Amino acid sequence: MKKFDRERVLLAVAGPVIALVAAILLTSVVLIASGKSPIEPYLLMMEQAAFSDVQVLIVNQASMYYLAALAVAIGFRMNLFNIGVDGQYRLAAMMTAVVGAHLALPSFLQIPLLLLVGMLTGAFWAGIAGVLKVTRGVSEVVATIMLNAIATSLIGYLTLKDVWGVQVGNNMTTGVMNESGWIPGIDLGPEVGEIYGLVFLSVAMGVAYWIVLNRTRFGFDLRASGESETAAAASGVDARRMVLTAMLISGAVAGLSGLPLLLGDVHTYSLSFPTGLGFTGITIALLGRNNPVGIAFAALLIAFLDKASPALDYATPVAYEKEIATIMQGLIVFAVVISYEAVRQWGLRRQQKRVGLELAAAAAAQNNSEKKKEVAAR
Amino acid sequence: MELTGITKRFPGVVANHDIHLVVRKGTVHALVGENGAGKSTLMKILYGMQKPDEGTIAVDGEQVTFHSPADAIARGIGMVHQHFMLADNLTVLENVVLGSEKLHGIGAAARRRIEEISDRYGLGVRPDALVESLGVADRQRVEILKVLYRGARTLILDEPTAVLVPQEVDALFDNLRELKAEGLSVIFISHKLGEVLSVADEITVIRRGTTVGTAVPAETTPRQLAEMMVGSELPTPETAESTVTDRPVLTVDKLRLEAEGGRAVLDDISFTIHAGEVLGLAGVEGNGQTELIETLIGLRAADSGTITLEGQDITAWPTRRRRESGIGYIPEDRHRHGLLLESPLWENRILGHVTERPNAKGFWLDLKGAQEDTRRIVREYDVRTPGIDVTAASLSGGNQQKLIVGREMSHKPKFLIAAHPTRGVDVGAQAAIWDHIREARREGLAVLLISADLDELIGLSDTLRVIYNGRLVADADPAAVTPEELGSAMTGAASGHLEHTENTEEEAGPEDEAR
Repeated sequence: MKKFDRERVLLAVAGPVIALVAAILLTSVVLIASGKSPIEPYLLMMEQAAFSDVQVLIVNQASMYYLAALAVAIGFRMNLFNIGVDGQYRLAAMMTAVVGAHLALPSFLQIPLLLLVGMLTGAFWAGIAGVLKVTRGVSEVVATIMLNAIATSLIGYLTLKDVWGVQVGNNMTTGVMNESGWIPGIDLGPEVGEIYGLVFLSVAMGVAYWIVLNRTRFGFDLRASGESETAAAASGVDARRMVLTAMLISGAVAGLSGLPLLLGDVHTYSLSFPTGLGFTGITIALLGRNNPVGIAFAALLIAFLDKASPALDYATPVAYEKEIATIMQGLIVFAVVISYEAVRQWGLRRQQKRVGLELAAAAAAQNNSEKKKEVAAR
Repeated sequence: MELTGITKRFPGVVANHDIHLVVRKGTVHALVGENGAGKSTLMKILYGMQKPDEGTIAVDGEQVTFHSPADAIARGIGMVHQHFMLADNLTVLENVVLGSEKLHGIGAAARRRIEEISDRYGLGVRPDALVESLGVADRQRVEILKVLYRGARTLILDEPTAVLVPQEVDALFDNLRELKAEGLSVIFISHKLGEVLSVADEITVIRRGTTVGTAVPAETTPRQLAEMMVGSELPTPETAESTVTDRPVLTVDKLRLEAEGGRAVLDDISFTIHAGEVLGLAGVEGNGQTELIETLIGLRAADSGTITLEGQDITAWPTRRRRESGIGYIPEDRHRHGLLLESPLWENRILGHVTERPNAKGFWLDLKGAQEDTRRIVREYDVRTPGIDVTAASLSGGNQQKLIVGREMSHKPKFLIAAHPTRGVDVGAQAAIWDHIREARREGLAVLLISADLDELIGLSDTLRVIYNGRLVADADPAAVTPEELGSAMTGAASGHLEHTENTEEEAGPEDEAR
């Protein structure tokens, strides 16, 4: 039994490792092709990671990536592709900012309420795609992509001056949120910066994700639906309800993913609020194999690429384009998809062979012992 | 064309084993066997979609190796798939030239060629008709034409009659005879014995992945063919004494299920299964069995009629509630409906019973309980596996089935749907599964048994019904009926109460509303 567990760990690690090595090699090929050193950029980026202020940036960024990736992973576990995390978190962050700016309750009420607003907004936006899928059979991929675009326009409208917007210089914002809704972080000094308080929420969500999926009936139904829709249906899973529930949960988690920054640092939603978290989340969920620990590593890795790459522009004597990191992220996605499928099939075959061998060995051993008994009886 | 010693292994199973097949020029050669006997795999090998692990293929005496369907086409082998591969929004002409534009272009030359083929073999295809406007039979003719257009001398037809009504079947057979007369060879895959006997010149029977014999229609009867298909040396599934009680467990009344468009797939289905009774349902596949099972388990909603389980009307219940209230389910396709192939055995033990003990305590899964119970099932049902953490996919078909049977029996079902419980299972496991069903029956289980294996049906059932075209057309006493008599009812030739000897009405007296 132990052997199979080790086998599973090996298989789980083999995919990402192969993918990363392949991505690094391919990036080096790109560097060589453009006449640059194929190694130095990595060294420069590694150097960056040693600075504690960069580390703080990485952790903060990773906490947001982590939530976005969890949202995507929930969908992935039942073969739903929620591409709409991007629209869901932006709309949720904006709504949270608006509520936070207009409502002033004591902190112990204000903060949970703001988190709830974020989750409900995200769930609502994802829920539209869910309802469309279960009632009209609209592919959630198409619906969520459309909803991303609609969210952008909607946010543009809602942040107009005569709706909820407040103009600050050239920037449209939603006004500064009341301080009771600010979440304090861990201050590591002026040189280093502050770790967002909601980093802990990310960790907690990761734990919750694991428990719900692996230890509850609901999680089992969800995983069964993802593995085999037909078998899940025959086992009594109501597919439509499952799709809707999964979309709602995915949207709710997506709704949280912009909040570490909003509640911990900027305290307003503005044109400069980061976009694209949702798409990066897809990469991270893929790379992390929908596993909460894997996603954590993947989120840290991508956050590292993000935060360490700007230094490439200022490198002396030779500057490198920081887009190298972007190229690498793209290559990681490719490599991940290919290597995971290859490793999965290889693992399945390997196990089948192994089971066959073990059974044959067991049968042979039984025959031998029977023969021995016969001999002994004589 | 000649195949010698073809063997194809998939992980965990041997799909084809030592296949021998000789198809002579200008003949229709039928390949018959139960579903899962390995026909489709063999055809994929012939058509270059899969490579055999052992054995050789020879065309016109010359040994060949196919790497892809393109190689097969180049050798004059064409395939008409069961599911048509046509683009609806293109015309017949466009569909035919699609992918082989090099042959005769896409214009007038191609049209001439199509018309020429159509006339020569009496296909009656109109090159400018839109495919979406064509009926099923016409589409099939387009598929055949497509294959001929590419220069095929040997046509493989995979279950071509499955989608056709009888008149269309006759028309298809006329086409096949034309082809034959022109010196082409046809390989005709089917499990409908009547059709095979009427159209084929030679029949090869395939069972459990290997060819068991060749027959000539003139010298053979459906009974003999059926015996070859099922294998008469199988252990007989006899039930010793009757355990039928008069307590009805499952009652189905005037059940009707419609396909899209209002055609009845199931019509006026009524039967009662009592505690301790095995009701065997005989029928050629595709006559409504699958739909009946799915309606009983709740995957489809009946359009009218009621299903009653122990006095409770469960017609509107969802699947989960039905399973919780004691319906066990051995699905006909275990890979699609019975297992999570890439999950460990103990998770598969939870599947279908996630809300019940020992798998769950309230909202939470009980992993320990489930794993413990999986070990018990592995022990008691003799599932051959090195452990419960291996994936279901790594077990052989028979062991997968034993796991499913063990799982379903572990929840003390009141009513068991057993669809082909021993299909694809080796002889030893088969006997064990029969034993388990018999034992549960003694304890008052009601069983609906659906099987293509007539000996299994007759041997295991207390009551027999025959389904044909979505209706229960006949009933029989398993003690008195022969497979031949059942067979004739399965093709719709006989109906009502099937009598072997002088009348004995006691078995199917009161609830005999099936005709």
